[in-house]
Amino acid sequence: MLKVENLQVNYGGIEALKGISFEVPTGKIVTLIGANGAGKTTTLRAIAGLIKPKAGAIHFEEANISGTHDAAAIVGRGITLVPEGRRIFPDMTVLENLKIGAYLRKDKLVRDIERVYSLFPRLEERSWQLGGTLSGGEQQMLAVGRALMANPKLLMMDEPSLGLAPLIVRGIFDIIREINKQGVTVLLIEQNANMALKTADFAYVMETGRITRSGTGNELLNDPTIKEAYLGTMNEDD
Amino acid sequence: MNNIKHRRNKKILTAVNVALLLAIYVAVFVAEQVLPQTSMLFVVLKKGSIYALIAVSMNLLNGFTGLFSLGQAGFMLIGAYVYGIFTIPEEFRQSVYQYFDGGVIHFTVPVVIALVMAGAAAAIFAALIGLPVLRLKSDYLAIATLGFAEILRALFQWKIIGPVTNGSNLLRKFPNFNDFNIKGADGKVAVYLSTLIPFIVAGICILLIVLLIRSSYGRAFRAIRDDEIAAEAMGVNLFKHKQLAFVISSFFAGVGGALLAMYQMAIQANAFTSAMTYEILLIVVIGGLGSVTGSCLGSFLFIAASEWWLRGLDGGTFLGINAPGIFRAGFRKVVFAVIIMLVVLFYRKGIMGDSEFSAKRIAERFRRIFMKRKSKIEVVENE
Repeated sequence: MLKVENLQVNYGGIEALKGISFEVPTGKIVTLIGANGAGKTTTLRAIAGLIKPKAGAIHFEEANISGTHDAAAIVGRGITLVPEGRRIFPDMTVLENLKIGAYLRKDKLVRDIERVYSLFPRLEERSWQLGGTLSGGEQQMLAVGRALMANPKLLMMDEPSLGLAPLIVRGIFDIIREINKQGVTVLLIEQNANMALKTADFAYVMETGRITRSGTGNELLNDPTIKEAYLGTMNEDD
Repeated sequence: MNNIKHRRNKKILTAVNVALLLAIYVAVFVAEQVLPQTSMLFVVLKKGSIYALIAVSMNLLNGFTGLFSLGQAGFMLIGAYVYGIFTIPEEFRQSVYQYFDGGVIHFTVPVVIALVMAGAAAAIFAALIGLPVLRLKSDYLAIATLGFAEILRALFQWKIIGPVTNGSNLLRKFPNFNDFNIKGADGKVAVYLSTLIPFIVAGICILLIVLLIRSSYGRAFRAIRDDEIAAEAMGVNLFKHKQLAFVISSFFAGVGGALLAMYQMAIQANAFTSAMTYEILLIVVIGGLGSVTGSCLGSFLFIAASEWWLRGLDGGTFLGINAPGIFRAGFRKVVFAVIIMLVVLFYRKGIMGDSEFSAKRIAERFRRIFMKRKSKIEVVENE
């Protein structure tokens, strides 16, 4: 579905991505893991058309979309980003937040709103509340629900577990699996490597602008070097 | 069941809102027929309705889209001049353009068309300066728009274009609000409409802005205000929408400028200072950023206070106290500044915040008071 080839991005003189290549097959959950500054967010932002790559190609459903640098066109093609730190609209109601997610669509939204509410019943209870008054977990639900309103084929999520309690994080990952079952391909980036690898079908490890490892979620989960670098020895609590 | 009840309630509340609005218009019409024309009330109503329109147009930009623009006076100036230039009757042009040999324009258009032209001219200018200016953010945008407004003020007084703008001389003798009063056979005014007209024009314009704010475009504007990055990620084209808000806001500022010209019966570019923009900004902030009714309310309160209620502070006698030593020219502004500081201190987010004044709000307020009383009664009974 999505194929990235030799993608390079510069911020001024700094090379954020030094030529990465990876693939996201249709219907799968793929994750990019890595430490701060590895270039995970930059990768998603480049795919979403929010920043312009220096070189390389991004193919989505056979079309090269790397040259567009037009976020609206890319949302229109079926790629939606759940940005890092949720970034819901604080002074708009939950319902308005959802409607903005479907901004480019011209058809009726009733069924999609119902679909989001059935995934997140909590949002329905709070549909008239301002986004800024929700708790962190609810805001993350809203951010995911808002992205789903665009009816994406590929949902990209930037650190959905950021700043959330472990129990909430587990709930969010359950939802990610549920959304994936409904037919949405997911590209997930995470610092919480443990949770991400358990959820993903396939995973890539990023280090300072490069992809250094790849494998299925389970392979990487049991890999001793990955364990050491990203998972620690924290498996007791599971 | 609940849903049907909810919908019916909503319908009733909408009907009450519409009835309230109609009542205001009827009250304005009746007051105009009954009260003497010299009453200060009409100054407040006329100027207040015009400022309300301009404040709402500024609120669309500053409150709803989050673009801090200070160009309002410039767009008003364009609107006022376009209106004046194209409506001065031919027989007066020689005397108005006396230093420019009657000017170069020798045709007039009907008032309604001139009002639309005034808005359109301001909108076109906004579209042009929007291309570079809207790439700036917050304070920088404010400085740039303020600069353009000042440039316009100087430009319109330039002698070279005097045959069109009359240079630094007044434009006058164009149709004003009094021309709309219907005269009887004896030449006396039979039906006064001079206050209702600005109310109607401003009302229509504000209604259009409200419809825009409630549409999906309005939602996109507010999304940009709340979080540009998220809005862009949702597929909202930032520049296109900012440009749209800027152009529409300027259109209505242009119409507002034309109305102000009609009210003042004369136009002079030098009057459209940045102080005028600040007055409108003040109204918007006092009324509440992001509240249309707040801007309207703020506008009438501001005009009433500055033109009417506090006049005595400048004139020697205020509230029956005669103290020419204290109450003299300029004291009004001191008191006014204190009042504004108090309002800003105690109503941090303006009178209305970002909510709207409506029947629903009043109903809820009453319900809350009623509930409180009921619970008090219950407490007393329990004791």
